[in-house]
Amino acid sequence: MPIMSKDEAQALLKKVLSYSKADECEVNLNGNDSGNIRYARNAVSTSGRISQHQLVVSSAFGKKLGVATINEFDDASLKKVVERSEELAKLAPENPEYVPFLGPQTFAESKMYVPATAAITPKLRSDLVEQSIKVAKDAGAEAAGFLEDNVGFSAMMNSKGLFAYNTSTNTNFSVTVRTKDGTGSGYATRGYNDVTKLDTRKATLVAADKAVKSVKARAIEPGKYTVILEPAAVAVLLENIFFRLDARQADEGRSFLSKAGGGTRLGEKLVDERVNIYSDPLNPELPTSTWSGDGRPQEKISWIEKGVIKNLSYSRYWAEKKGVKAVPGPDAAIMEGGTKSLEELIAGTKKGVLVTRLWYIRDVDPQSLLLTGLTRDGTFYIENGKIQYPIKNFRFNESPIIMLNNLEEMGKVERTVSVESNQNYLLPPLKIRDFTFSSLSDAV
Amino acid sequence: MKRRDFVQLSGLGLGGLMLPVSLFGNPVSAEALLEVPLTNTQKKSLADVALNTAKAGGATYADVRIGRYLNQFISTREKRVQGITSTESFGVGIRVIAKGTWGFAATNEVTTDGIKKATERALAIAKANSKFQKEPVKLAPVPAYGEVVWNTPIVKNAFEVPVSEKADLLLAANAAALSNGASFVNSNLFQVNEQKYFASTDGSYIDQDIHRIWPTFTVSVTDRASGKFKSRDAMSAPMGLGYEYMIPKAEDKLQTPMGMVLYRNSYDMIEDAATAAKQAREMISAKSVEPGKYDLVLEPNHLGLTIHESVGHPLELDRILGYEANYAGTSFASIEKLKSGNFNYGSKQVNIFADKTQPGSLGAVGYDDEGVKCKRWDLIKDGVLVNFQAIRDQVHMLGQNESHGCCYAQGWNDVQFQRMPNVSLAPGKEPYSAAQMIKDVEKGIYIAGRGSYSIDQQRYNFQFGGTVFYEIKNGEVVGMLNDVAYQSNTQEFWNSCVKICDEKDYRMFGSFFDGKGQPSQVSAVSHGSSTSRFNGVNVINTGRTI
Repeated sequence: MPIMSKDEAQALLKKVLSYSKADECEVNLNGNDSGNIRYARNAVSTSGRISQHQLVVSSAFGKKLGVATINEFDDASLKKVVERSEELAKLAPENPEYVPFLGPQTFAESKMYVPATAAITPKLRSDLVEQSIKVAKDAGAEAAGFLEDNVGFSAMMNSKGLFAYNTSTNTNFSVTVRTKDGTGSGYATRGYNDVTKLDTRKATLVAADKAVKSVKARAIEPGKYTVILEPAAVAVLLENIFFRLDARQADEGRSFLSKAGGGTRLGEKLVDERVNIYSDPLNPELPTSTWSGDGRPQEKISWIEKGVIKNLSYSRYWAEKKGVKAVPGPDAAIMEGGTKSLEELIAGTKKGVLVTRLWYIRDVDPQSLLLTGLTRDGTFYIENGKIQYPIKNFRFNESPIIMLNNLEEMGKVERTVSVESNQNYLLPPLKIRDFTFSSLSDAV
Repeated sequence: MKRRDFVQLSGLGLGGLMLPVSLFGNPVSAEALLEVPLTNTQKKSLADVALNTAKAGGATYADVRIGRYLNQFISTREKRVQGITSTESFGVGIRVIAKGTWGFAATNEVTTDGIKKATERALAIAKANSKFQKEPVKLAPVPAYGEVVWNTPIVKNAFEVPVSEKADLLLAANAAALSNGASFVNSNLFQVNEQKYFASTDGSYIDQDIHRIWPTFTVSVTDRASGKFKSRDAMSAPMGLGYEYMIPKAEDKLQTPMGMVLYRNSYDMIEDAATAAKQAREMISAKSVEPGKYDLVLEPNHLGLTIHESVGHPLELDRILGYEANYAGTSFASIEKLKSGNFNYGSKQVNIFADKTQPGSLGAVGYDDEGVKCKRWDLIKDGVLVNFQAIRDQVHMLGQNESHGCCYAQGWNDVQFQRMPNVSLAPGKEPYSAAQMIKDVEKGIYIAGRGSYSIDQQRYNFQFGGTVFYEIKNGEVVGMLNDVAYQSNTQEFWNSCVKICDEKDYRMFGSFFDGKGQPSQVSAVSHGSSTSRFNGVNVINTGRTI
């Protein structure tokens, strides 16, 4: 039952609102059906399927808000959840930052739902994993991987006449192939809304190739190097910018976007002028929701344009206080790229390091957005336009802001997945000069 | 927990609606948390439905967990309460072995019919996945414990304390921070109660009531003129205690040469918040560290995380075997290194043990999530690697026939797997205080509290920051430092351990949301230690300008 049609969701939400006695009432409804298979050592280790749905009722009396949730949808349960949210609202302290619910909004039709993914069968999941394991076996190596898929819907309605609905599907796949003696390791990850685009065999071939080629890695001195970061490595660095675009934090003086003397760096050129980063819910390669959880339309918006901080995200409260448009934060981000393939970027590199993936990324200093982490599963030395040999992994200490100032070249944009957040992005591989590797790691 | 979820949870501007509800369960009223939905007699008869259905369906083994997982989360910011969320998650998870293969299914329909259907689903999954199985699952034996009960020995149930009283304490801590110079302060109180009923075809019916608590805050100071901002987190530790942890006791306070107070089994949140504001203010103008080699004096609430990352995780047998290769990684530790009997993990001073029975710890339970009675065992003895952490279906690969009892699932709807037990560094045997240790250091840095942490996927190379840093010169603390992080290699680091303070200095650090697995599950774990000295560790300067 988890996936409701627009009409079913609308009817249910109307019924819930009809029970409300509060000054304002808003109801969010969502459901999803997800499946996964996990494997290691060329065998399945666990698999699961989860179906769930949830209804969240927010009732307000003046500036007092109460929230209650339920996952049973019979009339008695629906009445109960509305009553409970009203009781909680009456008991709650006044929230000075309360902003009344939004009235009717216009939303574009979202493009996140692909019927083929919604119709995935246990057999297809199992076949996709079998194809991956076969590649590893054929290469005399061992695969460990994870395949998950999800079909879901969300809807919301409030007493001021706002109604929103959408459906979505997605599938994420990742695989690590290791040589039997553990001296070589390779990785690949893929994310799509449409499962028919997922080729686990091809992705595992990439991982297996990296595993075999990374055997007998040599140690080279840590220091500043020109690097080519594959999109999966770019994702885990740049998302630290995407997650920190909040205007309030910047206004309060505790963000990398805060300015000395007060104010924010909105409108300042912070990175190389070739950098353009935006979000677009209707991008056919990376569709996202056309509305945010509080009913604001999600629209195409530029965050960094020609290296300049173009927009910040605002809560409705903070926007009202500042007298600006309440732009919600992005659900995903897109960075414009160039025309070259990864191979062409390598071919044009005199000396450098190719990075497949970065791992265990943590903030070191929120002031400069300095991050640390390590390379993993395929790090290679490039000289005279060719991959020469595998090298041992490095720890890096680098800020994505400094990195985007040291931009040499961008490759073709592709969809990738962050191993830290599981978010999907459209990003190019990046060639960066003076990337700071601070120590060596023996890890394979 | 995924890092992004944690960022959202601990983030600023958090509202009730922003909570990742699915992480905890369904919001309910605070009063509803005290209800008792099922008696043990009812649970036993429901558990038997699963066990009998499994056996009739061809299972050679089955276990069932009827779980009620309660959480309450209170968040505040400066002078106002941002959110009070109480959640409940109730259901049953059934695990079977059929055709030599594991199968798992869960349902929130805790009825005879619901449990029967879920057991049948688990059987079907086991049978379907058996085509991938290379060799049948082999379980280490456990005794039949019969009907037993274990409860966290709490003094005061945090869920029985009125929400307003708890919120008032957080607001009082915020007020103390603000009146001592904080620009901003966010404070939170997490409370967890796991009511777990476990039964298996091995003849055990185990009822457990487990409590955990974590008060924490972030105090920030901004300097508008320079654009600088600094923050100082709480020196509390998440604990396996009740609300008694929130009531400060003089005997649990440890004075430091820097004037900061550290805490053992109870916490003075108001006092710590006031100190935090003063320290955050001092950080704005503190000296930036000169990079180089230093002798590090590491305080337990800092050292605990280093133990967690560089000893706890690498000694998990499932990682060593490759089951976590695609996500958390594997390990530099190997069965060969263990069996050699001479793998020199650390210096002779280093004795590290695993212990699921340590009172007040986050990992303390009577029995693990596959019905194994919990115990203490050595991991590193006199510097030498002597054992790993393993559960029933993997311990035989070490040539051992008794599970270590460290199997855990974050909820009834998650499958249980090997999780880190409390892993702790034994205190030094000779009387030695932290103050004496500082006096013996010529060129060093004292580090307290957790900070930024990162380690590679085989647990060799790590980099750690901290909450506060003080420079030590010729046995004296000369002032605060900024921009400190140390980098080392696990084996080199533990071999540089030259001195460990005595048991009077011993206390626990905790990780409340330790993530592992795909889909990711969180668990809570403590790490005890006394202040310890590590010689000649590489310190880098992390200051940058953008």
